[in-house]
Formats: sequence, structure tokens, C-alpha cells
Amino acid sequence: MYFNEDHEALRQTVRKFVDNEINPHLDAWEDAGQAPIKDIFKKLGDLGLLGITYDPECGGQGLDYWFECVFLEELGHIKGLGLPIAIAVQTHMATPALHEFGSEFLKENFLKPAVLGDMVAAIGVTEPGAGSDVAGLRTTVRKDGDEYVINGSKTFITNGVSADFITLLARSSNDPGYHAFSLIVVPTNTPGFQVSKKLDKLGMRCSDTAELFFDDVRVPASHLIGQEGEGFILQMKQFQHERYSGLPFIPVICQDMIDLTVDYIKQRIVFGKPLITKQVLRHRLADWLTEIELLRQMTYHIVRMKMEGRDATREITMGKLYGARLVRRVADGCLQMFGGMGYMNETLISRYYRDARIVSIGGGADEIMSEILARMAGY
Amino acid sequence: MYFNEDHEALRALVKRFVDKEINPYVDEWEKSSMPLHEVFPKLGELGLFGIRYDPAYGGQGLDDWFDTVFLEELGHIKAVGAQASILVQTHLATPALHEFGSEHLKKTWLEPAIAGRLVSALAITEPGAGSDVAALRTRAVRDGDEYVINGSKLFITNAVQADFLTLLARTGDKPGYHSFGLFVVPTDSPGFVVSKELDKLGWRCSNTAELFFDDLRVPAENLIGEEGEGFIYQMKQFQYERFSSLPISYVTARDMIDMTVDYIKQRIVFGKPLITRQVLRHRLADWVTQIECLKQLTYHIVRMKMDKRDATREISMGKLMAGRMLREVADGCLQMFGGMGYMNENPITRYWRDGRLASIGAGADEIMSEIIARMEGF
Repeated sequence: MYFNEDHEALRQTVRKFVDNEINPHLDAWEDAGQAPIKDIFKKLGDLGLLGITYDPECGGQGLDYWFECVFLEELGHIKGLGLPIAIAVQTHMATPALHEFGSEFLKENFLKPAVLGDMVAAIGVTEPGAGSDVAGLRTTVRKDGDEYVINGSKTFITNGVSADFITLLARSSNDPGYHAFSLIVVPTNTPGFQVSKKLDKLGMRCSDTAELFFDDVRVPASHLIGQEGEGFILQMKQFQHERYSGLPFIPVICQDMIDLTVDYIKQRIVFGKPLITKQVLRHRLADWLTEIELLRQMTYHIVRMKMEGRDATREITMGKLYGARLVRRVADGCLQMFGGMGYMNETLISRYYRDARIVSIGGGADEIMSEILARMAGY
Repeated sequence: MYFNEDHEALRALVKRFVDKEINPYVDEWEKSSMPLHEVFPKLGELGLFGIRYDPAYGGQGLDDWFDTVFLEELGHIKAVGAQASILVQTHLATPALHEFGSEHLKKTWLEPAIAGRLVSALAITEPGAGSDVAALRTRAVRDGDEYVINGSKLFITNAVQADFLTLLARTGDKPGYHSFGLFVVPTDSPGFVVSKELDKLGWRCSNTAELFFDDLRVPAENLIGEEGEGFIYQMKQFQYERFSSLPISYVTARDMIDMTVDYIKQRIVFGKPLITRQVLRHRLADWVTQIECLKQLTYHIVRMKMDKRDATREISMGKLMAGRMLREVADGCLQMFGGMGYMNENPITRYWRDGRLASIGAGADEIMSEIIARMEGF
């Protein structure tokens, strides 16, 4: 109802890529604990999928938010959340501030290669002692002549092992408040940069997650995104892209899980009848479909708000909160319907179940979303 | 974002009416019942009973966005019973009459209903058949130029004051969905009996009745559309009824939250306002999130309706969600009021009692789930 032929053409492109280049290999990548993201990103870049809304001068497609929504929806058909999130790091987490506030130099040397799939990006915000509580950040960035010197560490950085550059948030002064941070591009081949640990995770096993260490890392002053001291503000804006990016694919993932489960319970005979005939299961499925539709329509509302240039922080926050809970509940409920078979790793639902757990944590925990909403409502 | 100046003008009109002509009186009406023959002509005069309806019968000929504005503003009525009495007239008992009624029926019954001169009620449920419509036993038998109706109906809102009923009755014994007729039944017909006015948990300002039909005769021309197609018309009419609960529910829920927040901002507990407690603030954030999701689904349904698409699936989902959400918010707000929430002087008690029906009326939650599951092929 809201999509035209051009949108559907993009949908087909992404769908074909997911079906041919990603899904057949996922099991192997999950076992290996690493997808070949440099290779995947290059292919995505060749198809123009890493810069859908970005300026054509930076290699982007210059398309609007409905196209972006289509792209994200189709990523939802990837059989597991590790790769969609790794891709979203490149398109919605580590590059939006670069696109919106970066200098020509930064766009040419980092954004464009990222859009073309020649470089892998990561976003370095969380630290051992500071996640959603950004004011607790301790990594420092200090001006020294024509350079910035960075010291500190970052943790839980998705794509951190493979990344060519990090979009890094660090403290640029000791002033209290929100104007004491800078956002800066840090190439990972800079001396002093170290992947101190590749982390072993509950789920999202095909995506790499790292702890990073910065020991007197020197980058040219030209790597600063926007103004010194304004990094926190830029990152808050960037977070909106990150949080939004999960919304279109969650209804799709949920629907895929349901389809998978319904196929199974139509065949599974219990007490002489297919399991699907049990009303308690049918109504549970109807509940999930209802919530999926609610989230989808909320997402489309956000797309319209974005198209009109409105601030959608409140609605994105609501969507993130609602979506995270939904995907976890559906994953858990589907696993339940599979019974013992749902507990076996050979059943895809077990991967969804493990992977979905991150959604209520990454991009700002559910509790942070609730806090933002309560504050925005004046509570 | 989705409403223009014309919509806002309608909103202001309804709001003014609700603030002046309804809310000041609902406490009194809760004790005695809302006087529909006094209130309805005023609504009719403002053109609010026929927003979507053909101007040929006194309607405004406006679209579903205007209808939504109207419904949203009704949500500010501080008693769900009063909201419901108005909805019976606009979204329950008249949509089929407008869509399938003959010119004669529209002139004789719809036009006065739109003007607010006649009060209508919808008679479907029976002692042995509610959502399970196929079990209906009330029977309409053709006899010359008349139909003779025998049977009874139950839980009929507005029926005590109604001038006519839109009644679903069995016209044949064939199994399936083509054995029913939808009729206009004047309540001054001999053989019509209000056998009992029912005493309810909530919705106390609206009257609800058990009706009895004893060889009640109506002219054959009082049949809406084709004989045998009444069930099909009623299924369509249900979509209006169910849809109407969506805008009302999220607005009512929001009003409950606002009054609760006003209270817990002032209520000091352990030296601090209650609103500073994170567990309450996050609970409120959850409800606000659900309200926004329901609102956006509602607007999606409006677009579908404007596009002439079948929105049965989405309306069923919205109805299911609205009923649960309204109950959860009413119950949770009452909890935040503490002891004060248990006192009848506090309007939250009325919302709590009234909200309970949202998961039962117009098709229970379980029926909505069943419809959704079937439509999905489960």
C-alpha cells in the first residue's frame, strides 16, 4: 500500500542478495564465529546498498527513507541477527554523523570507501565503565598541535576486529555536561590502536565484537567530525539512526520465525491432531501478528516523520522498546512451540532466540528507552 | 501531522460539546442514565451523527479522517457508557441502514437518527448467542406484507430509550450464513417488550436491556437489503463498531494517564513525589508506547478505508489491542492512586469498571484472536 515499483525493485535486489550470498553460508559463518564481512560489504557496496540515503557525491544513492526502510526490511530475512546488525553498523551506526557533519576530506577518505564497501566501519562509544551512561566515558582525546592524541579503551564494539576505521566518541575536556566530547575518525592501522580482545558472545556468533585499546593513538586534527566538544550531541543524533535501523527488520524477523514455526506445528501431530489446531497456540500467534502490525505501522509513521524532517526521537524510542520486547517474546514463544526440537541447535529458532536477546540491550537498553520516554513526557 | 485545519475545526466543535454538554453531567447520568432524547438532538443539530453519511439524509458526506477526529474527541468523555450510547447511534445501529437500506428506510429511520430525533439500538446478542451468531434463535417469518418476529435479545445498549432497533433475526433454517435478515423494528410496535433493564458492573450512565418479541409485526419494507443476507451486512457493520473503539480507547487511556500523573506529581511518599519512582515512570512509558502504536495502526486503518481496502484483519488486531490496553492502563492507574484509587469519588474507579467491557463488547478478545488466526490460515 505504501510502496511503489521502484521500492519493489530495490526489495528484489536485496532479497536476491540475501538469498544467494548470505543465507546459504550463514551456518558455516556461525560455526566459524566470523562472517567474511569485508567480502560481503564489498558486494553490498557494488550493489549500492551501503549508502541508500547518502549523497551521490559520497557514492550514495540519494534515495529517501522509504527506500531505506525497504532495504532494512529485507535484511530481516537474513536467518539470524548477527549480519543484519553488522551491516547496520556500516550504514546506520558508524557513518550517519560522518555523512551529516563530516568535512569533505573525511567524506572522501572514509565515508565514500565505506559506502563503496572498500572499508569496514565500527562505532566506538561504549566503554568498560560507560554504556548508556555516556557521561561516564573516560577515553580521552586531546589536541596536540595538528593532531589529536587518544587514550583509553572501548568495549562491545561490533565489527571492531575487522574494522578499517572507528567512529570514536571520546572526552575532549573535563567540563561537566554534554559539550565535553568529540567524535573522531580513527583508522585502525594507526600505531597505538589495538584489538585487545575478541569477545565470545551468547549469540550473534557470526559477527565479531571486540574490546579495543588506544595507547597514545595519534590522528590528524582533520579527522574530527564537526566541532570539538560537540561529539556527544552528534552521537545522540547518530543514535536515532541506529535505533531506527532495527525497527523495519524486527517485524520481518518475527514473521519469518512465525512462518517457520507454523510450518512445523501444522505437521507435528500431538494427541492425534496437528498442534496448530490447539486454540491456545493459535491465539498466541494472533497476538504476535497483532503486535507485529502495530510495530510496522509505527515504523511507517516514523518514516513519514523523517520524510517531513520532523524529530522522531520519541517515536523511535517507543519503536525500539516495543520491537526489542516483541522479537524476544516471539523468539521465545516459537521455540516453545517447537518443543524439544526447539532446544536443538540444528533448529534455526534456537539461533534466533540467542540472537534476539541483544535487541533489548544494544543501541540503548530497554530501560534507557523507558527513561527517555518518561523524560520526554515530562514525568 | 495527518490532520488539517478542517479536521481541527471539527475537533474543536466536538471538544466544546463534550466539555459543555456532556462532561458536566456524567456524574449525574451515572446515577440516573443519560437522557438520550435530550442529548441526541443537540448532537444531531451540530451534524455529528452523520459525519460520513450522505447529505441527502442529513449527513455531512465527510471522509474517514473526519470520522476518526470525531471518535478521538468522544474519547475525552469521562464515562465510557456515555461514549458508547453515542457510538450506538453512529457506528453500531446505522451503518448497514446507510449502506444497504432502501430509500424509504433511509428517509424514515436514518434521516431522523442523523438529526438526533430518533434513538437507535442494535439488537444482535441473545441469551444463547453472542459472538456465535449462527446460534441465533430470534426468528422473522414472512407473512404477506409483513414479517412476524418472535424471540428475545440481550445486553442491548440504548434499548430502553430506543425508538427503533436494527435487529438481526433468523429467516431460514439452512445452515450457513445466508439464513438471516436485518430489520428495522420500531419499539412502539405491539409485541415489543423491554423485559428487563439490566444492572451493570460499569457503563452505568448507559441503559442496557433484555428485550422480548411476541408476534411483533413489521412491514416487509423494514427489511434492510436482501432477505438472507442480514448476517453478511452485520459482519460489515461490525467493522464500524469495532473500529470505533480504537480512537476512543487510546484517547481515554491517555486521559487516565494524564490525571494519574497530575496526582502522583503531588503525592509525596518517603519525602519525594511518587512520580520520581522509576518503576512508575517506566510503566507510564510502556503505556504511552502502546498508545502510540495503537494510534498509528488506527491511522493505517483509516488510510485503508480511504483506499477502499478490506481492513478486517487490522481492525480485529486493533480491537484486540485496544481492549487489553484500556484495561491494563485503567488498572495500573488505579494502582498508582493507591487507596484514593479505590474511592468512588475518584473517576479512575469508573474508568476501571467501564474499561472492563472493552474486551467483551463488539466481539470478545478471544473472538478477535480467532478471526486473526483464521484469516492467517492457522
